[in-house]
Amino acid sequence: MKEMLNREPFALAAFSLVILLMPIWLTPFGANYPDLLQKFAIFAIFAMGFNILFGLTGYLSFGHAAFLGVGSYAAVWSFKLFTMNVIPAIFFGVAFAGIFALAIGYVSLRRSGIYFSILTLAFAQMSYNLAYSVLTPITNGETGLQLTLQDPRIIDNAFTTPGAGLPETNLFGIDMSGYPGFYFCAVVLIICFFITRRIFNSPFGLTLRGIKSNQNRMGYTGLNTRPYTLTAFVISGMFAGLAGSLLAVTDPLAGAERMQWTASGEVVLMTILGGVGTLIGPMLGAWLIKYLENIFSSFNEITLEHFFSFLPEGLQSFAVELASLFVGEGWHLTLGVLFMLIVIFLPGGLMEGWRRLLRRFSGGGGGKSEPAAAVQPAE
Amino acid sequence: MSKFTMTRRGLLKAGAASGVALAAPMSFVRGAYAQDFCNMPTGGSVTLGFNVPQSGPYADEGADELRAYQLATKHLNGEGDGGLLNTFSSKALKGNGILGKKVEFVTGDTQTKSDAARASAKRMIEKDGAIMITGGSSSGVAVAVQGLCQEMGVIFMAGLTHSNDTTGKDKRRYGFRHFFNAYQSGLALGPILAEELGKDRTAYHLTADYNWGWTQEESIKDATEGLGWQTANAVRTPLGAGDFSQYLTPVLNSGADVLILNHYGKDMVNSLTQAVQFGMREKQVNGKDFQIVVPLFSRLMAQGAGENIKGILGTTNWNWSLQDEGSKAFVKSFGQEYGFPPSQAAQTCYVQALLYADACERAGTFYPPEVIKALEGFEFDGMGNGATLYRGADHQCFKEVLVVKGNENPQSQFDLLEVVKIVPREQVTYDASIFGGDLGPADAKTC
Repeated sequence: MKEMLNREPFALAAFSLVILLMPIWLTPFGANYPDLLQKFAIFAIFAMGFNILFGLTGYLSFGHAAFLGVGSYAAVWSFKLFTMNVIPAIFFGVAFAGIFALAIGYVSLRRSGIYFSILTLAFAQMSYNLAYSVLTPITNGETGLQLTLQDPRIIDNAFTTPGAGLPETNLFGIDMSGYPGFYFCAVVLIICFFITRRIFNSPFGLTLRGIKSNQNRMGYTGLNTRPYTLTAFVISGMFAGLAGSLLAVTDPLAGAERMQWTASGEVVLMTILGGVGTLIGPMLGAWLIKYLENIFSSFNEITLEHFFSFLPEGLQSFAVELASLFVGEGWHLTLGVLFMLIVIFLPGGLMEGWRRLLRRFSGGGGGKSEPAAAVQPAE
Repeated sequence: MSKFTMTRRGLLKAGAASGVALAAPMSFVRGAYAQDFCNMPTGGSVTLGFNVPQSGPYADEGADELRAYQLATKHLNGEGDGGLLNTFSSKALKGNGILGKKVEFVTGDTQTKSDAARASAKRMIEKDGAIMITGGSSSGVAVAVQGLCQEMGVIFMAGLTHSNDTTGKDKRRYGFRHFFNAYQSGLALGPILAEELGKDRTAYHLTADYNWGWTQEESIKDATEGLGWQTANAVRTPLGAGDFSQYLTPVLNSGADVLILNHYGKDMVNSLTQAVQFGMREKQVNGKDFQIVVPLFSRLMAQGAGENIKGILGTTNWNWSLQDEGSKAFVKSFGQEYGFPPSQAAQTCYVQALLYADACERAGTFYPPEVIKALEGFEFDGMGNGATLYRGADHQCFKEVLVVKGNENPQSQFDLLEVVKIVPREQVTYDASIFGGDLGPADAKTC
């Protein structure tokens, strides 16, 4: 079974099946609505890309949200200036994020460890503040960049007459809101999974892991590590740019908050929650956080009263009181507790939990046949 | 006898079959059905979406807004004392929900971020089936959510948003604002400033560096310069700066004798407190007493600033100390429910919820284009702001604006603002075309 899953076509097929069937298997969790599904796919791409840098090279970037923001702004400008078709928007989003990552990476990668993290954090914070106020003509500041009726949209307007109201983003005529938007993001996610998988298994990926375990030794063997780390940084920045442009595709708005340090911290949390350096761990982490953010924060006392209605009167109000600490505006608390539990008991994230389960169920005694699973790549 | 006997089983089968046959065309012609629109309420209830900041810098306002919405829901469903339903000039609401459907609600946290606010509004529309979204305590959020609601064909009743853009360059057909705006603040405050402080003053602006701050700075500058004031300087301060001392130090040496703080929420509390600690209010500049003005005031902010707000001038949308029937009724039922008087954020949100419900009743349908028509140009009274007009051209409410002053001798911990003047509606009415923008179409959307 495991052998089979490791083969590329099977891995891809299984992954695609899980992703494309999300609207079905997420229904019991109350998470089957287009906006959240889109976010699941998009933030999975973001976290996966982040993991190429952090998971493989060990460089902890605290400023990845900057690339997400650049991708969004580039995409929205493409909608404003050229066409509502999503292909150019994604192209510009990825390209600009890549260029931006090249510039920031070139400077930041001169240092490693905590200094690298602080440098990236500083750059991201700078970008955020620029977007928030100084660059208002480009970013529309705090309000966020939105489409307007006065946008030139030169390509669209050359071929069709604009209708009343704002146009929708489309892929050659298919509107990119709602479920079609999700399926589009899902297909992009599957492609990204394929690329990431290839990178993980390539000599390039191995080199990156070598850099993570001992950069000095890599240097002594005569390998200049800088181009490798820079490449990883740019690839990961482009993934972030892709995620940012997809955010704009599903909802044509770009706000400066996307670049805030909290957003950068969130992707670090996602990766650590899911499992650093694993292929699908970061994606699981992204889903968990987005689920908590969107579903838990929506519970209010009335929902809770309904939920605990089977309890007797006094007990019910007590349970509601207690639970309301953890839902609604308290969802951050739930996330914090969960994060602590996972870091303390499952340092390898959700993926480690999964592996432990597998080991237990594949026969307590016969578990010796799984040395491969016990080795954590690049850890 | 004929064999045409009817068994229970057969009857059930036939009933089911004819039911399917009747229902089938309905599902095929859905698109053609005129009243089909996003989240059309079909059961015995209708869901409203309350999207307020529950975390972040405006969480206090958000909490008060949510209280107001819950109160409004109660009153719409005929529970409690009915609140403003009794004083509202339109008598369409009966206290039996909206169009006979029980009002239910879902809530969300905007986090005072456009992205989070849109995500939460989308959840309410796509998952929870909300037919109307209301709330928000920041102009950035209001503009972002308003844009979304226009795209999705769901009516947005803005909460606390004071920027000119909400009903100016970013106005939308599906967005409505009851709250006043920075331009109206300028129109209302100008003459009072001239009266109280004289006509040869020099002002120094400290402005929160974002959309709302800029529009307010611009509006107040226009108004004061129109009086003959000079502007010494206008300095932008980052949002949430915390320490304003570096911005305050140059003020006294600039030759300015009035400091205008275009700050809101915690920023205003901090900058005002620090300015007072610097001893600015005891200073004499150009032979005149140095003065501080805070164009947008709220009681929640006054509570935060404590002693320091005494005697400081500003404007506000509504204050609980007003003595008209509507205000009294609202303060009474809010106080009975929660034990303290409502803030201006609570009032505007409560009124917005009622206005939407009333528009549906008057339109006789939830169909958004009809509801929009019912709201546009609607003239009403009895909601605590005097006679009010929902202008059709920009969806901005025109009503009285209060010029207030920090109370020198507060009678209670809530008695912080003293109404200096109720500026009549005519004086704060302006031409809708000055800000540009386009409302866009009112077409209903399916979702």
